[in-house]
Amino acid sequence: MILVWSMGWTLLILLVVLTVVHGNPTVMVRTGSGPTVGFDQHPNSVPLGEDIQTTTEGESEVVEEVMTTGVLNPSHYPARRAATVVQHYLNTRYGSPYRWIFLSTVHSGSAEEVAEMGRKYQLALTMQEMISNVSGQCSAELFFPGGEGQSAPQVQASCEGLHQSNTTAQEEAFYQQHRTSNNLASGNNIPDSYGHVEPSMKPFWHLGGVASSFIMLRESNESTLYNMAQVANFTQLETEKDQLRFNYHVLLHEMISQEIIHWKLLVTWSPEQGVQVLQTELQPKCHHCEAPPNTTN
Amino acid sequence: MCVSMYSAVWSREETTERNYYTRYHNMSEITAWMEQMKRENPDVVSSMVYGQTYERRNITLLKIGLSSTVRKKAIWMDCGIHAREWIAPAFCQYFVREILRTYKTDTKVNEMMKNLDFYITPVLNVDGYIYSWHNESTRLWRKSRSPGTGGCTCYGTDLNRNFYANWGMVGVSTDCCSETYCGTKALSESEAWAVTDMLGKMREDILAFLTIHSYSQLILVPYGHPNISAPNYDELMEVGLGAAKAIKAVHGMDYTVGTSPDVLYANSGSSRDFARLIGIPLSFTFELRDKGEHGFELPEDQIQPTCEEAYAGAQHIITYTHDKAFYSYAATVTATLWTTLLAAWVSSAILL
Repeated sequence: MILVWSMGWTLLILLVVLTVVHGNPTVMVRTGSGPTVGFDQHPNSVPLGEDIQTTTEGESEVVEEVMTTGVLNPSHYPARRAATVVQHYLNTRYGSPYRWIFLSTVHSGSAEEVAEMGRKYQLALTMQEMISNVSGQCSAELFFPGGEGQSAPQVQASCEGLHQSNTTAQEEAFYQQHRTSNNLASGNNIPDSYGHVEPSMKPFWHLGGVASSFIMLRESNESTLYNMAQVANFTQLETEKDQLRFNYHVLLHEMISQEIIHWKLLVTWSPEQGVQVLQTELQPKCHHCEAPPNTTN
Repeated sequence: MCVSMYSAVWSREETTERNYYTRYHNMSEITAWMEQMKRENPDVVSSMVYGQTYERRNITLLKIGLSSTVRKKAIWMDCGIHAREWIAPAFCQYFVREILRTYKTDTKVNEMMKNLDFYITPVLNVDGYIYSWHNESTRLWRKSRSPGTGGCTCYGTDLNRNFYANWGMVGVSTDCCSETYCGTKALSESEAWAVTDMLGKMREDILAFLTIHSYSQLILVPYGHPNISAPNYDELMEVGLGAAKAIKAVHGMDYTVGTSPDVLYANSGSSRDFARLIGIPLSFTFELRDKGEHGFELPEDQIQPTCEEAYAGAQHIITYTHDKAFYSYAATVTATLWTTLLAAWVSSAILL
């Protein structure tokens, strides 16, 4: 009986405490809220002693950047950036007006230092051909050279199932349609502001993407992630040596810096030779183009 | 011909048309749409101008919820902090339309409208958004439209690097021509100041903070600095992964969940980090479609499926947030203990 009474009192005290602390159900308990920083205090809780270095271009970065080695998390950025480089490589090898390859999934990866020379990655990936919607499994090895020079990464990749889409007929028809110089093709803003691509422009869009892959591959390193944002314009030139020839102006989006980078390319293509990029020219960013337009909205 | 042209203009402005929400809209259309939402739903929708852009335009939010005599908890959502990410304002419009369309018939949405107020800013970076509509060459503008200082002739500060959250530490540029230029100091931009001011006033009441971007198909959790972890990182990841699962169930799209330094890049001065730092427990960045094929120029025929999946993801987070606040574990425990105590007293009374 005494036991029951003492149990009852214990329960009562516990309940009073609980009710006071937690209140009614409509009051939110902030467990694990952020550091109890007053709104007017500096929320910066980075330990002092982190060095900030300003490079000549005015970039601020924390000096210590630990490069991941060993097994890579497939959803983390090191594997994803390397996998995108493989995507660019595959497009330079296999891309065409009717074949444009994109990274679908990173399954696994690993990275290792190669003594004083750079870093080597191994990846297992799924790639997708965007026009036919065919997917393929790929295994790839990449090498990012270290050191001061701006050397392109070296890629080896083998894929199963990606080339199943039979593009021969379409490519041949497109080639024959455009090889005679009666009506040289041209276009601009592909996709347009609304994301629209005219059906007749789609092969030129894909070709621009594949041609851009040559630059994106060459310019890539472990701190970049490139996509082609838009074909600003393209003009077909006279066919030479059985190759269709084009001048392309493309806009590349570099994800880490968020920059839009303009390149001019001289591109050739034929079903036999594939895509080649003969000349590339970086266009400087137009700073005076940024001034407000005269009309107000 | 005049009659048919007139009717074409009229039907473009009609938002009762299903395909209004499958097109991108310029700033004057979005402003008109906000007025229409208020007009058509006067008992649940009001608007609030909470700041000014550099070019002195209003920054407006819609406050949506069933009116109440007591102070209510809130959910914050903003879209279009980066001008070129047009799918984000489209999503804010879709979200508003969806909760207004379903709150009378869907018991869960109704309950959330009763207990919460939604504060939704369809376009935060109004100047930048208008500039991105100017012509094809301005389409890929990202930043605000404030002019550079100190002899720098470029324009704009990255609003999502300008907040008072480890400002200027990592993933930023001090070059005013850069796309990630963080400004001359934290909150140099009036747009970032407007959000900061509102969040500061409301910080006791905001349960969740969602900021909508594109592209990459990600759900990012605080913090953007690689050496700092949010104290409720596990909870953020669990809720984020739940949202990604809800997204995938709609159209099969994969969204990756993690901190920005893990899955994308390190950055500081973001609005998401600021929200978490002042104590808002659930703070997320959504990066919508796609993964690079179209990038910022997502085709209009993908607006609807993108919004449908993002809505499912957002609802997962909002439902979790709501249920945690209004069906807390403590309340359940308390109720159980009261019942036990009553049973003990009754039995002891019987024994006596």
